[in-house]
Amino acid sequence: MNLKMKALTKSPWVYHLSTGSCNNCDIEILDCLTPRFDLERFGIQLVGSPRHADALLVTGNMTLKSMPRALEVYNQMPKPGVVIAIGTCSLGHGIFDGSYICPKTVDEVLPVDIYIPGCPPKPEAIIAGVAKLLNKLAGK
Amino acid sequence: MSEIIPIGPYHPLQEEPEFFKLHVEGERVTKLDIEIGYNHRGIEKLAESKSWDQVVFLVERICGICSTSHPAASVNAMEDAAGINAPERAQFIRMIVCELERIHSHLLWLGLAGHFIGYNTVWMWSWKYREIVCDVLEKISGNRQSYAMFKAGGVRRDILDEDIPWIRSSVDKLIPALDLFKGAVMDDPVIHARTKGIGILTEEMAKAYCVVGPTARASNVAIDVRRDDPYFLYDQVDFDVIVLGGGDVFDKAAVRILEMYESVKIIKQSLDLMKPGIVDLHIKEIPPGEGIGRAEAPRGEVYHYCLSDGSNFPARYKVRAPSYVNIFSNEVACIGQQVADAALVLAAVDPCYCCTERLIVVDNDTNKTREIKGNALIQLSHQRTEEIKKSLGIS
Amino acid sequence: MKWPDIEKKIKEKFGKQILKWAEHNERRIYADIPLPLLKEFVQFLLGPLKGRFIIASGVDTPRGVIEILYHFDFYQLPQVFSLRVMVDKKNPKVESLAGVSKAIEWIEREIHELLGIEFTGHPDMRHLILPDDWPEGNYPLRRDQ
Ligand code: SF4
Repeated sequence: MNLKMKALTKSPWVYHLSTGSCNNCDIEILDCLTPRFDLERFGIQLVGSPRHADALLVTGNMTLKSMPRALEVYNQMPKPGVVIAIGTCSLGHGIFDGSYICPKTVDEVLPVDIYIPGCPPKPEAIIAGVAKLLNKLAGK
Repeated sequence: MSEIIPIGPYHPLQEEPEFFKLHVEGERVTKLDIEIGYNHRGIEKLAESKSWDQVVFLVERICGICSTSHPAASVNAMEDAAGINAPERAQFIRMIVCELERIHSHLLWLGLAGHFIGYNTVWMWSWKYREIVCDVLEKISGNRQSYAMFKAGGVRRDILDEDIPWIRSSVDKLIPALDLFKGAVMDDPVIHARTKGIGILTEEMAKAYCVVGPTARASNVAIDVRRDDPYFLYDQVDFDVIVLGGGDVFDKAAVRILEMYESVKIIKQSLDLMKPGIVDLHIKEIPPGEGIGRAEAPRGEVYHYCLSDGSNFPARYKVRAPSYVNIFSNEVACIGQQVADAALVLAAVDPCYCCTERLIVVDNDTNKTREIKGNALIQLSHQRTEEIKKSLGIS
Repeated sequence: MKWPDIEKKIKEKFGKQILKWAEHNERRIYADIPLPLLKEFVQFLLGPLKGRFIIASGVDTPRGVIEILYHFDFYQLPQVFSLRVMVDKKNPKVESLAGVSKAIEWIEREIHELLGIEFTGHPDMRHLILPDDWPEGNYPLRRDQ
């Protein structure tokens, strides 16, 4: 494992990007940070700018209006970085399938590394998903 | 283009991500442009391709925080079109779910408002107590959010009798927590200094912009669908509609805190009044016609209009969420405020936040555009709290 | 003022011009009116009758007309009063009510982009919820789209 990968798997900082979600996924992400689940004990922290982030948490359908912004955010993120799609919406279209305003799925726009299904996924599921990804990156 | 990403790390609670352009002179805001639509998912059109049963699931996903107010308005609209009433027990179960959600939503708002003025402890505490509500909802519906409880003509799940004592004791646990918040917010001199007289929406303006919910009730406009146009069985329980007159951020917070006590009252009464019985009428179809459904969401009146042509699918489905009118009123509430207060004012209508994440500040003197990111804005806000603390001699 | 008084006042003023008066039940009242009367009617509802504008819904019908329903309530009263006007699809023009109430400004922009109705005299007809580069003449809520 090279140095960059090692840095990535230790205390990853995440940036949360909503591309047209219904909020539930976003609330559950925030929930992971609050006292009951408290992700910060693993060094996982939400940051305010994609330039500081190691991982993008993408929630929601990709709407036409947010597509260029999402790409922009992805390009600002230093590489190597991972993209985590959270919620049924960002896996496919979920319940919004067939809408005139979301022609593409998230993984057609961004290179997604891991999918966490659920509508919304429970905080436990989000934590488990992120932990699995980190283990995989660390080659375990 | 990048300056328009309205997405935030700390308040990704957007129902409708918006983008605000603030025009300032020195430190004062002189004009505000609002842009919405990042979250437009074409739900009204999609609803025309879903069956009546599926529409309830679809509208549940309009907004995750009010994920039961939209279904509530939706079943009201369908039952209005079909001219039926759900069984009594189902109505009480609906009320319990609705009020639990109001508590969770207000706690969530309180936490984020606390975060905005630099009181992260308030954030952590209110989200900690929010978990109690989530647990109760999980017990009732099986999910922490998106409860999928409602359908036209009833509810999908009954509340088990053996769960009721546990629900009651959990709800009781909320009262000391609410007392804590009431004390912390109402008596804190710093919070007073930060929120009193800030972002005033006068009664006249509140009426002109037709705002709803706590935003209106803090400006002395006494409207509450639960009392004015009682749906479910709200006319059988006893509760107060909280109305305050200041119209500033402080009153908006106070209305929300006091409302949570009323919600606890309603939940307990509903548990008492609930009698055994059926919970679903098993409606097969909605006859041709129109229906209007209203419900009081945590943020205000939700309004649904449906048109049935007798088929399995709605011919037209129209949704009006409360933030739609409330956000627009920021246009007046923000004028004359300091930039450091702007985030708080925009947040005070509980607009499903992420809106405030990125603002463009146009300096009128130099006509240069200064871009302020959401984080910088929060930092400005935190600085101001520190200044006030110093001047009050608190550290 | 209770609803029967409001109803009486409305009927006194516009009685003959109302095309259809339908009471779905005692809380949901619909009135069809001719398009040219709209502005005066809304001014009357919001002014002397102290109504509150809720929202407008545009409905595309198979009959070649687009219906717009303007929904109102009267603060503490349970009634919802809906005004219905028919707009010809070939010439979809309606006089803007943005000057009457601020709250109507946004929904007119929305109906404009979703149903393609032109509101004459509206101060700001930019896109509200669709992206700026949305193709002209593509109105998602029209039946033929
Ligand atoms: S996956 Fe479900 S909960 Fe998550 S944003 Fe989509 S609809 Fe909402």
